[in-house]
Amino acid sequence: MSEILLLLLSTALVNNVVLIKFLGLCPVMGVSKSVDSAFGMGLATTFVIVLASGASWMLDHWLLTPLGLGYLRILSFILVIASVVQFTEMFIKKSSPGLYQSLGIYLPLITTNCAVLGVALLNVQQQFSLFKSLLYGFGSALGFTLVMLIFAGLRERIALARVPAAFAGAPIAFVTISLLALSFMGFSGLNV
Amino acid sequence: MIAAILSLTLLGAALGIVLGIANKFLKVEGNPVVEELLVMMPGSNCGQCGFPGCNGAAEAIVNGTAPATCCPPGGKALASAIAAKLGLTVDLSAMADDGPKIAVVAEELCIGCCRCSKVCPTDAIIGAAKQVHNVFREACTGCSSCIEKCPTEALVMRPVPVTLQHWVMPRPVAA
Amino acid sequence: MGFMNLLKHLLSDDWGVHPDDHKRPAADAPVRVMPVPQRLYLPLQQHLGGPARPVVLVGQQVSKGELIAEAQGMVSAPIHAPTSGTIVAVSEITAPHPSGLTLSAIILEADGRDAWGELPACVDPFSLSPAEIGQRVAAAGVVGMGGAAFPSSVKLVGASRAKVTTLVINGGECEPYLSCDDRLMRDQAAAIIDGIRIMQHATGANVALVGIEDNKPEAIAAMQRAAGRGDVVIRPVPARYPMGSEKQLIQVLTGTEVPADGRPADIGVIVHNVGTALAVRAAVREGKPLISRLVTVNGQCAAYPGNIEVRIGTLAEEVIAFAGGLKGDGLGLARRIMGGPMMGMQIPHWRVPVVKGSSGILALDASEVAAQEPNPCIRCGRCVKACPMGLLPLEMSARIRNQAYDEAIDLGLKDCIACGCCAYVCPSTIPLVQYFVHAKGELAAQDRTKLRNDATKKLALQRQERLAREAREKAEAAARRKAEREAAAAKVAAEAAAVNAQTQGESA
Repeated sequence: MSEILLLLLSTALVNNVVLIKFLGLCPVMGVSKSVDSAFGMGLATTFVIVLASGASWMLDHWLLTPLGLGYLRILSFILVIASVVQFTEMFIKKSSPGLYQSLGIYLPLITTNCAVLGVALLNVQQQFSLFKSLLYGFGSALGFTLVMLIFAGLRERIALARVPAAFAGAPIAFVTISLLALSFMGFSGLNV
Repeated sequence: MIAAILSLTLLGAALGIVLGIANKFLKVEGNPVVEELLVMMPGSNCGQCGFPGCNGAAEAIVNGTAPATCCPPGGKALASAIAAKLGLTVDLSAMADDGPKIAVVAEELCIGCCRCSKVCPTDAIIGAAKQVHNVFREACTGCSSCIEKCPTEALVMRPVPVTLQHWVMPRPVAA
Repeated sequence: MGFMNLLKHLLSDDWGVHPDDHKRPAADAPVRVMPVPQRLYLPLQQHLGGPARPVVLVGQQVSKGELIAEAQGMVSAPIHAPTSGTIVAVSEITAPHPSGLTLSAIILEADGRDAWGELPACVDPFSLSPAEIGQRVAAAGVVGMGGAAFPSSVKLVGASRAKVTTLVINGGECEPYLSCDDRLMRDQAAAIIDGIRIMQHATGANVALVGIEDNKPEAIAAMQRAAGRGDVVIRPVPARYPMGSEKQLIQVLTGTEVPADGRPADIGVIVHNVGTALAVRAAVREGKPLISRLVTVNGQCAAYPGNIEVRIGTLAEEVIAFAGGLKGDGLGLARRIMGGPMMGMQIPHWRVPVVKGSSGILALDASEVAAQEPNPCIRCGRCVKACPMGLLPLEMSARIRNQAYDEAIDLGLKDCIACGCCAYVCPSTIPLVQYFVHAKGELAAQDRTKLRNDATKKLALQRQERLAREAREKAEAAARRKAEREAAAAKVAAEAAAVNAQTQGESA
């Protein structure tokens, strides 16, 4: 049990995909203008990452490794991820047109979200079991959603503040997220 | 080599079938967002936005080719409602804000040709042949589609005067 | 002791502000009655609700107290001639409003006789039913004299319907500078108590609480003497702005809070001003309409501050001239205000008429006007502490500055009473109230646009229906004509055939 908790903590906070590994930055910058859409994006990415880490584990263990096709890993993982994203897109379009509209181009771009492929590849690298892969994926996605929410909340406040003209918009957002990254580095002192 | 080709092909085919089935069950007819926007819009199809009617404008807004602020009769209220629905951020101050205008008939110039009343999308112009026409100010949306139809330039757009009931205190200038 | 103070400080709801009240010496000077001026300017909208509709013609002679404009709509009030004379025009006059826009007004030329017209008979008010009292108050054009100018009869009639148990009389007069209510209570305490009893009878309230701020000891003493030991209870309340605000006064006097989106009647309370009590008494006992009121002339620039009884419709210019003019001919004048300094209306010039809700005419000099450039918010939170409604003025204004009006509503913008406490305490002199008034106006404008859009939509639909109907009727008419033509043709053909057959038969 404690192992599960440790894995979750270390993936969500200590090795946060966004702020420590610097994966998946483009949706973090792109869809963090409001907390609502940031949360939607976090949920969609969580769904894709967990599904993709499970599917890629199965693919790797049951198809690629037995046949010795390790060199096809990236290619086939992308294929799996792309189809999961397509499925998610259809689902969101059906269930929540408003969220679909506000996620816009970033929804299909989850396919190329390096956090998703990164987590799948890291799973293989660390030779996790299926359960641990899923957990690792879930923990990473949790970290991603957390950063999305924190950052979106900060940006909502920044939108109300009076930012000097030269910093208005993206520059102040970059400054903010770099400060956020610095603060997350504090977690690496944790002995987990 | 053959194993690689075969496995990728199989993978692709399997995922394709799954997606195909999913598409069948999760199909969305039309674009519900466009329909929702259409309900919010004035519906007079006045054409001030430059699109063929409110339907065209709604589609353009959803596709992102037109800003949420493109509907002058809707004003800021409509723009912010659309922005909230689509999760867009709009700059309301960018909206043309020289105040609402309505059409006014200069009675000495009107010849009673009825051309203006035929094009008015809200039937705001009253008048019979060879009679001086007039505009119901409550019904006029200020779309100015009647202006160019007038052969004697008797129709002009005039700003609606600000009254005590419509006056809004200006937003203070930020320090 | 320090600990107790701290505890008290933490527990007490420390809302509001304590501005320097500047009420004396104006409050101590005896009331002066201003003679009727040459011309009176009577705006058609002196109250909340629909404007009144003129019922007189230009050139018509009217007597004092005669109806000259009737109420229009559910919430409205009629206007009466404050003196006898001739109607000379119905035209526009600058309204007592910060916009400086004009308002339609009836202009009355006084004939100097100041003769009353026929008044409704005097009756014993306690023999009348609440509805009859309501009718009399409505006919007399009585509105709230505290400043909001809400038609009193609407409140009275609503109260008897809403089963009101407590009548709260507002003698707080928390606005600095103003002392007209103070003066009324000192001079006419018995009449006010009579008015309160009449209102109590009209509303069915079993207790009347009169809240008077403790910086008016003379008024409290006079009212207590007049009230005796009856069911009208005089309650001194701590002097603090905005104690005279409806919701705050109710909470202090009854201990019950008015719900955010509710009205006092929802908790069985109704609030009237002391001036209104007097006007109600005059309307019911003597049948006299509301044609004059007490106005405080005050401010550093006023030469002789004091309270003056003026006819409704007198220009502020003339009131000031009667009061003794401005010091140094108004050289140091920095701001002209109608009403109180916190919630009154800044006016562009003195040619603005006194209306039913005008409680003061203030000529403030530069030392009294905090006209500083606003600085950025330092988030000190003083406005939060001062807000009597428990709102977050700094957060709301930040959202309004960025035009996020919906978020401001979520923070309670609609509960803002625009009292001005937040702006008063702000060390950065941010015009917070202006933000809120702007946002409320903007939201009202958006609502109007939305209503208009709906109306437009309906019109467009009706036009489409009309076009479709016309096309259908045209097609039907065409079809009918065609059928008729065909029938006629068939008939001709049949006749021809018959003739043919005959001729053939004959020939055969």
